[in-house]
Amino acid sequence: MALLRITSPHAHGRNRTQTVMLHVLIATLPAVCVLTWLFGWGTVINLIWASALALGFEAAILALRGRSLAFFLQDGSALVTAVLLALALPPFAPWWLTLIAVGFAIVFGKQLYGGLGQNPFNPAMLGYVVALISFPAAMTSWPAVREMAAMTQGAVQPTLGLVDAFIRIFAAGQGLPDAWAHATALDTLKINNSLTISELWATHPEFGWLGGRGVEAVNLAFLAGGLYLWARHIISWHAPGGMLLGLALMSLLFWNGGGSDSNGSPLFHLLTGATMLGAFFIVTDPVSGATSIKGRFIFGLGVGVLVYTIRTWGGYPDGVAFAVLLMNLAAPTIDYYTRPRTYGHSSPSRGPNLGN
Amino acid sequence: MANTRFGDITRNGLWDNNPGLVQLLGLCPLLGVTNSTVNALGLALATALVLTCSNLAVSLIRNAVTDAVRLPAFVMIIAALTTCTELLMQAFTYELYQILGIFIPLITTNCIILGRADAFAAKNSPAHAGLDGLMMGIGFGAVLVVIGMLRELIGSGTLFSNMQLLLGPMASSWTLHPFGSDYQGFLLAILPPGAFLVLGLLIAVKNLIDARLAARAQALAADTPKVSRRVRVTGVIE
Repeated sequence: MALLRITSPHAHGRNRTQTVMLHVLIATLPAVCVLTWLFGWGTVINLIWASALALGFEAAILALRGRSLAFFLQDGSALVTAVLLALALPPFAPWWLTLIAVGFAIVFGKQLYGGLGQNPFNPAMLGYVVALISFPAAMTSWPAVREMAAMTQGAVQPTLGLVDAFIRIFAAGQGLPDAWAHATALDTLKINNSLTISELWATHPEFGWLGGRGVEAVNLAFLAGGLYLWARHIISWHAPGGMLLGLALMSLLFWNGGGSDSNGSPLFHLLTGATMLGAFFIVTDPVSGATSIKGRFIFGLGVGVLVYTIRTWGGYPDGVAFAVLLMNLAAPTIDYYTRPRTYGHSSPSRGPNLGN
Repeated sequence: MANTRFGDITRNGLWDNNPGLVQLLGLCPLLGVTNSTVNALGLALATALVLTCSNLAVSLIRNAVTDAVRLPAFVMIIAALTTCTELLMQAFTYELYQILGIFIPLITTNCIILGRADAFAAKNSPAHAGLDGLMMGIGFGAVLVVIGMLRELIGSGTLFSNMQLLLGPMASSWTLHPFGSDYQGFLLAILPPGAFLVLGLLIAVKNLIDARLAARAQALAADTPKVSRRVRVTGVIE
């Protein structure tokens, strides 16, 4: 993809936008499988529904703007936005919630700014944040994991059947058990002020091996997908590395041990919530992130620090979407101060000296 | 001011030079209080009242104050009129006054009012200045009310709720539920980003209408022949 490198040599390869987007879609497959196994068919239905909506919205706006439909729909960028958004939304998000989130991401987040390559904010995260602040109840109903039914002696009943998943998404779950959602590990840790970490782990089924139950496997799946993208040279390690480093450093500094005022261990934070999805699929966005190598690292570092800040001292249990949007705002400034040295010049021109 | 015809003043205030959509003045109240129709209408009336009266007053004293002290004099007039409006609202619509809060005193600092006083009223006769104030006030108020209605409709699924705060008990049953009463509400529309989005869309719609009108006018102008044509039965008309 031409946007990944800005200085010479301008290597020509077969890395067209379409190919890049295809690899990103392939890289999400492990996480799709793990999410479907753990939480039921909601993820797959969401994915298909969101993709259809994204292509529809993209086509409608392209037609309004008088652009070529075939050319822009084929690049697959709308599809990637839809898939990332569908993976970020709760698996049984009602159909209208996905509609609003995808519509906002494509129409307001991408096309109104001028389409692919022009958007200052990550469209998927914009759609997610709009849904989160507008419909907090629907957005925080995260379903219970498969094994929670046994762990709670049937008090919590995960929705695992295909038909049940359709009823949850398109018919507001009529006739299905009410106790299907469950607090996530980040929720519980945030409101906890009396139990030590080992007591929390022993009494709450949402805590798994190191991170959240089930969610740690999802995070590992996203990590695997990310490593695939890195091995194929679709992404560089700088932005994800920066984000994971920022999050790990912050959680190490403010860990506070295993007492009741603990903020969770670094491994817990790395393997819980949307950490790996954010690190490998969101902050690596070449359009809304920083451009230079150093800039990408700083961008990722900022996202990691902000994610921890929001998780620990903010009003929301997880903060990847907000952190990414805030750093999107800072990306032009980061680029302004991290321009690389041009070949043949002794020092880089950056900051206030830009252009001298 | 070049255009001092009453028709031009009206057209400027309501459409061509609309304070809300073209000059983008007074954005603070425009974005701050338009989360419901009643709030928007309340502030629209208060602003229009202050704007009309201040334009009239400034125009009346325009030959008596020197250039050097004109701005302090204008601000004093505007502040006095705002205080009057504030007291009126306290007396008659106390609950609405409490909801609008700081935005009523802030009318003093609304750029539209000082802008019209300095740019128009200080150079024109009282009749022209008064009409300009009224039309600018109505233009601004119309934008406020439209944004307020859209945000209320999308954000909470109602229209004209709590109108009794402004219009008295007879308006207490005006609340409409166009989407039915089980509409969940789209919180973003009521939050500040909703105001920016709705304002942006309104500006886009206005620009679209203007572009269509300009294209039509151009097509009409192109149709009328520049020279008189003679009737020919052979050859091409040059």
